[in-house]
Amino acid sequence: MQPLVQMNNISKHFGGVRSLEDVSIDLYPGEVVGLLGHNGAGKSTLIKVLSGAYSADAGQVLIEGKEVKIPTPRAAQDLGIETIYQTLALADNLDVPANIFLGRELLRGGQLDEDGMELEARKVLERLKVKIPNLKMPVFNFSGGQRQCIAISRAIFFKAKVLIMDEPTAALGMQETAQVNELIMTLKQEGVGIFLISHDMHDIFDLCDRLTVMKGGRVVGSVRTSDVTQDEVLEMIIAGKLPRVLREVA
Amino acid sequence: MQTLEKAPAASKSSKNILSSLQLDARLLFMLIAIALVWLAFNVFTEGTFLSIRNLWNLSVQTASVGVMVSGMVLVLVMRQVDLSVGSILGFTGMLMAVLSTRAFPMGEGWNGWITLLIGLLVGAVIGAFQGWWVAFLNVPAFIVTLGGLLIYRGGAWLLTEGQTIGPLADSFQFFGGGLNGTLGATWTWIVGGVGMALVAFLDFRNFAQRQSRGLPNRPLLIQLLVTGLSLLLILGFIVVMNGYPDPLTKQPRGMPVPVLIMLGVILTMMWVVRSTKFGRYVFAYGGNPEAARLAGINTKRLMVSVFALLGMLAALAGAIQTARLNSGANSTGTQAELSVIAAAVIGGTSLSGGVGSIPGAFLGALLMSSILSGMGLINLTSAWQNVVQGIVLMLAVLLDVFYNRNRSK
Repeated sequence: MQPLVQMNNISKHFGGVRSLEDVSIDLYPGEVVGLLGHNGAGKSTLIKVLSGAYSADAGQVLIEGKEVKIPTPRAAQDLGIETIYQTLALADNLDVPANIFLGRELLRGGQLDEDGMELEARKVLERLKVKIPNLKMPVFNFSGGQRQCIAISRAIFFKAKVLIMDEPTAALGMQETAQVNELIMTLKQEGVGIFLISHDMHDIFDLCDRLTVMKGGRVVGSVRTSDVTQDEVLEMIIAGKLPRVLREVA
Repeated sequence: MQTLEKAPAASKSSKNILSSLQLDARLLFMLIAIALVWLAFNVFTEGTFLSIRNLWNLSVQTASVGVMVSGMVLVLVMRQVDLSVGSILGFTGMLMAVLSTRAFPMGEGWNGWITLLIGLLVGAVIGAFQGWWVAFLNVPAFIVTLGGLLIYRGGAWLLTEGQTIGPLADSFQFFGGGLNGTLGATWTWIVGGVGMALVAFLDFRNFAQRQSRGLPNRPLLIQLLVTGLSLLLILGFIVVMNGYPDPLTKQPRGMPVPVLIMLGVILTMMWVVRSTKFGRYVFAYGGNPEAARLAGINTKRLMVSVFALLGMLAALAGAIQTARLNSGANSTGTQAELSVIAAAVIGGTSLSGGVGSIPGAFLGALLMSSILSGMGLINLTSAWQNVVQGIVLMLAVLLDVFYNRNRSK
């Protein structure tokens, strides 16, 4: 089976700081790959290269076997890559439908279709079982959990082939986290490939098929979740090397 | 189906009344303030302020700032500022005077229109150039437009080596609101009639739509009151416009062309903000520039567009001012940027971006020009007028700070 995403030998530096150094990672359809590491290990930078927020200085990205260039976030969206950023990337002064459809508004008769967007927003929020009675308020009024769900709704509405989630459950309570995890499993079954950045070991081991550990801008190793224990993963994160004898899964 | 909650109940009861009536508190407050100012000045001037002649003149005096203010709102919402609008106004105004008198035959009917078109284009290009500096070269807008303020004011002088040019072609004077620049009674009635029909139709349609979708609605009585008052206002406006006769022909002048232009610009921009992607993206960028970029919006192009638009509106104001003076003078529009920014801010646009109101800015412009007109009528010196304007601006923004502090977050 052909990988959905292949990132080969990606390097990125900001001035003198080498954020990514020769990083290679891949993702198959219907698979969840966890991305782990310290703060500053390069996880967010790597996914931003894939999402078009940054451009790599070296390396190549292949989507379904074909090499692509992703110079802008719009290019990533056109390739079917949707991203939920750690900062959520919401416009606080706009309401819920406006944020879900930001950049890709529905039009009717050449004008913004406010009613249509409100209806679709309501539908997609119901999938996440989120309670937001009045969608027309600016989103700064809502709780962290509600805002996170709005950000997630945006990504799932547009039917991604590749979904990138950077700390998607950080602000969520137990029930909401369970909801998101259920959603991830559903999307997996639909063949969506998911990159998941999380600090929650529990979630990682529950959801991820494979995981890649990064440290200092480099990949420490990629392993099948079933082949390792939580302690061994911690060791990879902290020590920065593969524990004992472990087969590296390509 | 689902019921929708009303606005958050954490605020005071007065705010609840207003939000359940779906009336914008700020706009209402501004309307009341303007009414009070008018009444006060009418007393001080013993009836002159509310005379038809003065109100007619007031409408023309508001036109120049009124045309630019909606563009400035967009620039401010995008967390930028444009200090050069007064100079662009002066430069393009002078350019148009030169074209109208020297480049094109003065008797031709197309003289005014072609001149205007070129002026608008030049204004847009100047604006786009400044926007390019901000978006692509990353120079702060304050600096770029400060440079523009100096460059184009100098440029206005250089165009004619300091000479004032006039008189201008009749077809260009059309834009100024003088004797050659009004619509006449019939057309004014037509424009007013269309306006009233539109207001009634839109109000009715929106009310019915909200009703059928089960959305919270104003009580019918309040809606009838609001619509009725709006129609009365438009009617009153038509009567005033038609009440000022031409001294020669004794015919009613009707609406001045600059006022028509101003209303057209304001209404168009309100539509742009509410119903177009462009308007949506301006506010999205103002709320969170990075979110706008990550959502796939071309933020650099957006930035250039907003400055180009304001440049074009400044040129439009330049045409109005120059036509009204019936001469090209290199000092036209000096310090206009201050009035425009003040009007926008008084109308509720935040200098930190993300928040802005075009109808509010229009009312801000009307408020400021009403105060200026009143002060002129009671013979306050220009120095005192400046002092009063500055104080009004500071008080208006202070009110805004208090208003926002009490809002639920």
